Amino acid sequence: MGQGNGRRGNGSTAPAGDDLLLEVSGLKKFYPIRRGFLRKVVGHVRAVDDVSFDIRRGETLALVGESGCGKTTTSRCILRAISPTAGKILFKTDGGRVVDVATLPRERLRALRPQMQMIFQDPYSSLNPRMTILNIVGEPLLVNGVKNRQERIDRVEELLRLVGLRPEFMRRYPHAFSGGQRQRIGIARALALNPSLVVADEPVSALDVSVQAQILNLLLDLQERLGLTYLFVAHDLSVVKHLSDRVAVMYVGKIVELAERDQLFAAPKHPYTAALLSAVPKPDPRARSRRQPLRGEVANPAAPPSGCYFHPRCPYAIDICATDAPAFEEIVPGQWAACHRARELRLPGIALASSA
Amino acid sequence: MGDRVMGDGVIGDEGGGAVRAPLLSVRDLKTYFFQDDGMVKAVDGASFDVFAGKTLGIVGESGCGKSVTARSIMRIVDRPGRIVGGRILLRSAKGTGSNEIDLAQLNADGAQMRAINGGEIGLIFQEPMTSFSPVHTVGNQIVEAIRLHRAMGKQAARDRAIELLRLVGVPRPEGRVDEYAHQLSGGLRQRAMIAMALAADPKLLIADEPTTALDVTTQSQILNLLVDLQERNGMAIVLITHDLGVIAEMADDVVVMYLGRVVEEGPVDDIFHAPKHPYTRALLRSIPSVDSPPRRKLPTISGSIPHPYNRPPGCPFHTRCPDVMPGLCNVVEPPLVPVALGQMAACFLYPEVRAATAAPEPAAGGGRTPAPLLPTAVGRR
Ligand SMILES: Nc1ncnc2c1ncn2[C@@H]1O[C@H](COP(=O)(O)OP(=O)(O)OP(=O)(O)O)[C@@H](O)[C@H]1O
Ligand SMILES: Nc1ncnc2c1ncn2[C@@H]1O[C@H](COP(=O)(O)OP(=O)(O)OP(=O)(O)O)[C@@H](O)[C@H]1O
Ligand code: SF4
Ligand SMILES: [Mg+2]
Ligand SMILES: [Mg+2]
Repeated sequence: MGQGNGRRGNGSTAPAGDDLLLEVSGLKKFYPIRRGFLRKVVGHVRAVDDVSFDIRRGETLALVGESGCGKTTTSRCILRAISPTAGKILFKTDGGRVVDVATLPRERLRALRPQMQMIFQDPYSSLNPRMTILNIVGEPLLVNGVKNRQERIDRVEELLRLVGLRPEFMRRYPHAFSGGQRQRIGIARALALNPSLVVADEPVSALDVSVQAQILNLLLDLQERLGLTYLFVAHDLSVVKHLSDRVAVMYVGKIVELAERDQLFAAPKHPYTAALLSAVPKPDPRARSRRQPLRGEVANPAAPPSGCYFHPRCPYAIDICATDAPAFEEIVPGQWAACHRARELRLPGIALASSA
Repeated sequence: MGDRVMGDGVIGDEGGGAVRAPLLSVRDLKTYFFQDDGMVKAVDGASFDVFAGKTLGIVGESGCGKSVTARSIMRIVDRPGRIVGGRILLRSAKGTGSNEIDLAQLNADGAQMRAINGGEIGLIFQEPMTSFSPVHTVGNQIVEAIRLHRAMGKQAARDRAIELLRLVGVPRPEGRVDEYAHQLSGGLRQRAMIAMALAADPKLLIADEPTTALDVTTQSQILNLLVDLQERNGMAIVLITHDLGVIAEMADDVVVMYLGRVVEEGPVDDIFHAPKHPYTRALLRSIPSVDSPPRRKLPTISGSIPHPYNRPPGCPFHTRCPDVMPGLCNVVEPPLVPVALGQMAACFLYPEVRAATAAPEPAAGGGRTPAPLLPTAVGRR
């Protein structure tokens, strides 16, 4: 890892002694690019390129970053919905054993599935249009041995209520529901088997604010009651700030900053994080300003720039940024960043209400 | 925004000068879904105006009928849905007089509607995946959209498609133009969708949650892009989003919908700093903000959205409203009338609304004054 996945000796971004539910290290997912008549592989999309992080039991780790940076690919690898190209995904099972999800054989993977569930980004395509809500939410129960129909109906009823849907809806098909309603169905389905890890890929971005508030409260509440651990993929930083304990910021397949929530929001160490923070729209028309969006285009993950992938867009770039890849290092305790100037720059963050 | 009188769509311009007619006036629009097991009044009497060069924001709870409103305007409501009432007046400034067409009266599959849909009006769908065909490249679909509305050769249309993709910030547009929608990430798909909506230089762009699937930096770029396009060609925008931050940054006027009805409408500053309807106030309180304390329970609106088959009598919000006045709100339906300069609300807390229905004054002595204006999300210090 010349690229400097410079983590501590034990390879952890979390303080030693923590109860880790998930340890991801050196995760890569490359997609071949094929061209021509013979479909020859002419290159690779480096969708996830050497990503490492941990998730402690019971915490919420948020994954944020620009469109196409590899958040969904990372989450799908963790659940082995797709097989990673390289890397380890160590998961501590309910039984207390540690397994590598990246290489687990299929049969054993199936036994593990109930413990890791996903809430999807797109409530429109993630629900089978030909299944009733009862069957959609009840399917994981059926697959995992709840053969008694009445028992399933009762459990589905309970789940629907849990996510704020009327149980009478259960015999309808997804098309009759609005986006927000469909997302609740997806959450009910994900919770059906009492998972320990819930990977939520943009679970509230399709929802209007009042429903979003309910779902966020619900997610927090469920976490407290069921001891859930969340990997929370989101682009809305106000939501991330509300829900997360730690935040990992991704840029073009790599994690560029990882820190405790308050630290990251108050004093970001990577210029990309600072750019993200300044782009948050404020819910006040009087605070309107002509936004200064990041210049340039998102880098192409099939042919990323030299040096620091962010350098062509970075307002603080210096010569070395174009030639050398910065190491991912602990800049201040608990705050990791991959930026040559992370130690010297004083980047603007967002003042915290508690300290304001 | 000046005063406006909904009834006849006549608008007083703030300059006191020319009276501008809206580009689009929706009046008492009703779109219902007739299903075997019941009827959903998805849009039940919505009225609003859209002006050239301005952005109208539409907000409201999931399922309140925002998308169905957009689809009604485009006349692409899915079966078993149907427009059962109201007018959708599109004015085109051909010649001197204003040329007014009621889209609600057109044949949805007719030539005239097909020319308007994608021609004068562009739509950015909420669900970009389902709006691209999986069997054609994104480029070919944009080319087709261009050629449907423009006399243009294949190569010229392809060049324009690449140009449009570049305009909306798709990297390597020369390559992406030949890819399929499933090969693009969510954000790129959304940009491609916007490129397609812009294919024929529409006068009105309806953007249904255009940035919902995008991260903030991309969102900033897309919003700036919309503002630029609007400044350049005076395009009117109807911006549908649940993101009140986006509304605050983009909208000139705001329509707040609840259960298929417009419950409040006004200039953006009033909506955020002097909201009138209890539902609008509740919405503003429920936003998590980057500068509010984390992991705190957010105030939510009590109860849940009523069953769409049984909309409540009276005010649609009365089952969840903290200010409900029994005997009035659950009996009579409050109409949307002006309650302040340029601002309309459908709520019996306001004497103007009670007067408009000749509703009985609430028992306890002449109606409450609007409940103390709650500290809104924005007013917080
Ligand atoms: N099946 C695939 N084949 C080829 N490339 C792919 C495939 N799936 C994803 N990619 C590419 O991998 C990169 C990462 O995509 P991913 O969907 O993980 O991004 P994301 O961070 O979730 O983005 P968004 O915020 O838009 O959802 C993108 O460049 C995408 O085009
Ligand atoms: N094809 C359909 N068949 C039956 N009912 C439908 C159909 N499409 C929409 N509806 C109903 O119409 C109502 C309005 O739906 P619409 O999609 O307009 O909501 P929305 O305001 O766009 O919500 P969201 O914010 O979740 O996108 C909902 O109650 C929905 O269930
Ligand atoms: S009319 Fe009554 S129920 Fe409806 S919002 Fe106003 S006070 Fe609440
Ligand atoms: Mg994604
Ligand atoms: Mg919608």
